[in-house]
Amino acid sequence: MSFLPFAVAAWLLLVGLYGVVTSRHLVHLVLCLGVVQASTYVLLISIGYLHGGRAPIFVGITVGTPAVDPVVQALTLTDVVVEATVSALLLAIALQAERRFGTVDPDAIRELRG
Amino acid sequence: MRRRARTALFLVAAVVLAAVLVDGLAGLPAFGHFHGVDGRTLDHVTVRQRHATDVVTAVNFDYRGLDTMGEEFILFASSVGLVVLLREQRADRQQCPDDAGGASGDDGRDPLLALVGRWSVAPIIVLGVYVVTHGQLTPGGGFQGGVVLASALITLLITTGGRTPRTIRRHGALEALEGIGAGGYVVIGVAGIFAGLQFLSNFLPLGTAGALFSSGTVISLSTVVGLEVAGAIALIVAEFAEHGQTPGVGS
Repeated sequence: MSFLPFAVAAWLLLVGLYGVVTSRHLVHLVLCLGVVQASTYVLLISIGYLHGGRAPIFVGITVGTPAVDPVVQALTLTDVVVEATVSALLLAIALQAERRFGTVDPDAIRELRG
Repeated sequence: MRRRARTALFLVAAVVLAAVLVDGLAGLPAFGHFHGVDGRTLDHVTVRQRHATDVVTAVNFDYRGLDTMGEEFILFASSVGLVVLLREQRADRQQCPDDAGGASGDDGRDPLLALVGRWSVAPIIVLGVYVVTHGQLTPGGGFQGGVVLASALITLLITTGGRTPRTIRRHGALEALEGIGAGGYVVIGVAGIFAGLQFLSNFLPLGTAGALFSSGTVISLSTVVGLEVAGAIALIVAEFAEHGQTPGVGS
């Protein structure tokens, strides 16, 4: 079952993209993008995992104890922050679209713009 | 019809993407057997070199400090963009946005809930400050603690009726917090140059590993990031809450 974390990451990416492509509501679309990003968290964290490794926090354990990779964990933190801010900005743009076009259906917006 | 065609096109593309993904993921080290050189090196040297016991925080605010500055400014830029978008939308719909604050935010809310909300603010802030300032020792740091700090305002908003307290709004406290946090990071970085080292070098005394005031610039940078994140997230939530309360905007 060692492939399972990677399978979850791939599944989240594909299912999130499916949501983005078929979305009928801009807020739903932003949330689907969040699912896509969640796949990158799962992927990063599972890459850095080490069987029997401790958390890379050397309080109560001696330096040299096998620990999971701290670099990918730091990258995941960056990833989470970027996802949160991008979602907030996209939601504001969704509000702007609602005001300008009177709809939040991406297809309807495209038709209105011609 | 067009939707169906698009979905069909996506499904074809998804099959190809899935094949590429499987190929790529199969080339990764097996789960649980990753031996990254950087991570292992950092696990060994961080405590001795930076006197920080949480390696993840040391990576974020020291070894990868420049990246974190970029990350912080992504947060800064998108929150400013959001504020500009939402304020412009509100200004269009009403003459004097500030007078709309006259409508009481407390009506229709459970007074007991509002009381509990107000009383939770101080404990949440204490917890947030704790998480921000102990990031170099145990899990935590500026990003995590900053979100905890911002959740004090979120708690207040959802328990007392969706309006940011006027004292916070009038003095631009959240904007100031965000600006100080973003600017402070650069100031600490430049101070490294004046100390005769490079931009964002760890030039402060390292202290004793495991003590609160240890790890040099790691704790300083973590603290300013905490301010920035608290300000930015609180501002984002406050703007959306304000938007929901403004008549004639949105639905």
